Amino acid sequence: MSEIVFSGVGRMFRRDGREVPALDGIDLTVGEREFVAIVGPSGCGKTTCLRMVAGLEFPSQGEVKVGGAVVRAPGPDRAVVFQQFALFPWKTVAENIEFGLKSKGVANGARHETIARFVELMGLQGYENAFPHQLSGGMQQRVAIARAYALDPAVLLMDEPFGALDAQTRTVMQEELVRLARRNPRTVLFITHAVEEAVYLADRVVVMTRRPGRIREIIDVGSVRRSERWDRFERIEEVMDQASFVHLRTHIWKLLREQQQPNEH
Amino acid sequence: MLSLAGFASLFVAWQAIASSGLVPAPFLPAPLAVAQRFAELTQRPFVGYTIQQHLASSVLRYLLGFGLAAAIGVPLGLAMGWFRWLDEIVSPLFEAVRFVAPIAWVPFAALWFGTGVGGPTLVIFMGAFPPALVNAYRGARFVEPRYIEAAQTLGAGSWRVITQVLLPASVPSIVAGLRISAGLGWQSLVGAELIVASSGIGYLMVKGQSNISTATVMSGMIAIGAVGFAIDAMLRRAEAAIHARRGR
Repeated sequence: MSEIVFSGVGRMFRRDGREVPALDGIDLTVGEREFVAIVGPSGCGKTTCLRMVAGLEFPSQGEVKVGGAVVRAPGPDRAVVFQQFALFPWKTVAENIEFGLKSKGVANGARHETIARFVELMGLQGYENAFPHQLSGGMQQRVAIARAYALDPAVLLMDEPFGALDAQTRTVMQEELVRLARRNPRTVLFITHAVEEAVYLADRVVVMTRRPGRIREIIDVGSVRRSERWDRFERIEEVMDQASFVHLRTHIWKLLREQQQPNEH
Repeated sequence: MLSLAGFASLFVAWQAIASSGLVPAPFLPAPLAVAQRFAELTQRPFVGYTIQQHLASSVLRYLLGFGLAAAIGVPLGLAMGWFRWLDEIVSPLFEAVRFVAPIAWVPFAALWFGTGVGGPTLVIFMGAFPPALVNAYRGARFVEPRYIEAAQTLGAGSWRVITQVLLPASVPSIVAGLRISAGLGWQSLVGAELIVASSGIGYLMVKGQSNISTATVMSGMIAIGAVGFAIDAMLRRAEAAIHARRGR
């Protein structure tokens, strides 16, 4: 049971002594093993949505449930991959991956097996004893994804995980994430402002309005992906060439354009 | 190189003034006389012990007092940085006590723990404790929230957050605090021994003074300075090693 349910979720922020709404009336269900991406203009509260599922922030109105229980605290059943990786700089690659396993009380032998498996899966062989600052951004994010996946979480929360990477690395990581998600499907909530990334990765794309963030439209990408058989293609650029892909992307772009401030043109 | 030049010019000026005859020898003993006296103190016991033995008993008290200050101050500071309630209980007490100079504890230190090891140890503790605690606390409070959040989402409880995140993230701040602690502790020790103690460098100096042997007092000062310098040099090296390991 790992369904994520937002019901009537609102979030207020204090700014200059006044209560400002950041999110308003969010109703959204992310089904078991569904991959949902949220896109929206910056400041629309999409990261706040993710943080409320993680238990790092709490709604002012409504409630967020995971697996039927209201979220009250962070926990290893909901692993988070942060934009700035948030790897522990004083721990090696292996120790970073090990951290959550130790917190969960996984026995020594099983821990090392799991570490070895994810090191291999994410192509980190030979870097087990390196410190994060010795790795490139792309490698660091692989470690962060390995650290999250190693916990075998029911829910995976990704907050612009590729936002800090260069375009090429980003493409590689997107393809790898698709491969990983096919092999180990999880309930995923994925925050991004990159429309193509959202369409490429997600089953459904949620488009949000600018502040106060509301849901503008939810686009079912999964049905198009299945009917157009995007899975035939290994590479992201082949998928992005499909008329069906372009159509969806343009549609979402238009929705986001509506949200732009007049002075942003 | 420049620091050596500084020492050399101080030494030359000292020798020049002493040998000019303007200042009587008991007021300012010449460097050579001090060196001679120092050598003598290493051979022959003065007020019961040789200078090495006095130094050893000072260092023992110091290690005890400083060790206790670090062993209590650092964990308490980290815990205060994590548990708001603990912070609210301890901080007012701590703020009230920290501005009492360590030397002011001498009468109670002597009364409660005697003039042997216990009394001076308490005085050192009082000198060394505040920076150890404050720097650990500040270090813990200013840890980047994303590391704490990452740990929590990876299932870490308070114990693991404190030991695996707050502690390592605060190491630079803690080590800087311990360097200050070490200096203040060493200064407090000598101050305490001037008043309460039956051995130690401070005690040697007091007895030197009452015997009007300024060369003895000066020997004590040199020993204090040398050991203080050595302690700081060791901690500086530890600090540099930690920074190097972290690749900064």
